Amino acid sequence: MNLLDTVLRCVATLVVFLVFPLLIGQTEHKVMAHMQGRLGPMYAGGFHGWAQLVADGVKFVQKEDIVPADADRRVFQLAPAVSLLPYLFVLLAIPVGPDGFVGQAIDAGLFFVLAVMGVGVIGKLMAGWASANKFSLLGGLRTAAQLMSYELPMVLAAASVAMAAGTLSLPGILDAWQWYWLPWQLIGAFVFFTAGLAELQRPPFDMPVADSEIIFGAYTEYTGLRFALFLLSEYAGILVVSALTAVLFLGGWHGPMADQLGWLWMLLKTFALAFLVIWLRVTYPRLREDQLMRFAWIVLIPLALVQLALTGIIKVAIA
Amino acid sequence: MSFPGAGLAKGLAVTLRTMTKKTVTAQYPDVQPVLPPRSRGVIALLEENCTVCMLCARECPDWCIYIDSHKETLPAAEPNARARTRNVLDRFAIDFSLCMYCGICIEVCPFDALFWSPEFEYAETDIHELTHEREKLREWMWTVPAPPALDPAAEEPKEIATARKAADKLAAAAAAAEAAAAVTTAETVESVGSVGSVEEKGDDA
Repeated sequence: MNLLDTVLRCVATLVVFLVFPLLIGQTEHKVMAHMQGRLGPMYAGGFHGWAQLVADGVKFVQKEDIVPADADRRVFQLAPAVSLLPYLFVLLAIPVGPDGFVGQAIDAGLFFVLAVMGVGVIGKLMAGWASANKFSLLGGLRTAAQLMSYELPMVLAAASVAMAAGTLSLPGILDAWQWYWLPWQLIGAFVFFTAGLAELQRPPFDMPVADSEIIFGAYTEYTGLRFALFLLSEYAGILVVSALTAVLFLGGWHGPMADQLGWLWMLLKTFALAFLVIWLRVTYPRLREDQLMRFAWIVLIPLALVQLALTGIIKVAIA
Repeated sequence: MSFPGAGLAKGLAVTLRTMTKKTVTAQYPDVQPVLPPRSRGVIALLEENCTVCMLCARECPDWCIYIDSHKETLPAAEPNARARTRNVLDRFAIDFSLCMYCGICIEVCPFDALFWSPEFEYAETDIHELTHEREKLREWMWTVPAPPALDPAAEEPKEIATARKAADKLAAAAAAAEAAAAVTTAETVESVGSVGSVEEKGDDA
């Protein structure tokens, strides 16, 4: 019985992991198109191109899997998996509804989630180094620099929530969540979401894959399925960062009739944030590399520290 | 008044507004475009009107119109008249790989034999196939839209004015003849002269 339960939870998480990123990807196709006055995909699948990403997947599978002659073969082939799988593990720990509606409740869930998400970036570093290509290497280095800069404000913002809730467990944080946390943790939410975007290398923080400067960064040498896995990891990342922001700052499953419709609230918040990610991508141009670093160190980190102080002061005042 | 970040908010507003507007994408092969009147798609030939005067071929800036013809002698209509000669069109072709769609040939044609057609789907895989012969050009004639209507207060076209004048004259003569006939039946005697005069009048018309 216990084994069956575990297997069910794993399968459910896997299904979410395989379906939702595609859903977000398709939404991005359509939303971006309409924001630019276009229609986007219209043919694949018949109805408004709903099967476009399935068709893309089939195309990627058919392509030849090329490994450059001078590449570090094993590392090169392993990199997409290292980049993609952490998001699957993170998804396992994210609570969807009240009363244990979660893949696996972990006591130090927040810690686990942030640590594992950092591993995903290692995959991109591996790809950049193993490709034996100067553009890949530059992309990898930019990824590393970005990770170093943005992990700090992200962790500080998350720490503020953990401090407010007095626990590191994600379901625990949601149990302690009150509506007034929304304004209270507002700065933290901004910092966390922005840093999350940067960690995903989503525009306007996509310097590591800036195609006009360094071709496609760490992914330059990839083709076929491995390249598709990198793309999938980007969309899985959007899902994870949106879900995490929803859990930590927007109250996850909290909402009217949370006992029955908690999962719906969680999904709504997640997809609203995913839409925001797409919206930001369409609206803003790419930052320059130095502007990116500047933004992290002189805007986000001080803001995160302010939030931390604010949380501490109010926490003490309430107590 | 501007506050920090106003520009960023404005950018977001622009993209959101664009999303709610109708898209500008033309779904061409599925939906035919709505072309403006007098679109310059292709040049159609109404060969019945062509007299092989060669004006179009001579005026064409890039010499893309090919015309061949021969003369035919028509037998004299009356015993004492001369036999007439007539130009017969053998070939009329336009090379649309050279044509620059200036429309000068259509402007110069004195007999209304060339027209703009809005038809535009005649791409070929071989450049030689873009030279279209008279049959094809004649077929395109069916796609030529009717000429735009005249303004409400415009003067009549000359052809119609002439035809109407002739018709009016005929009608007037017929009416006069009828009136004269009525007079003759009423008076019965010594009316021959007057009827003759009416008939003369009718012949004039």
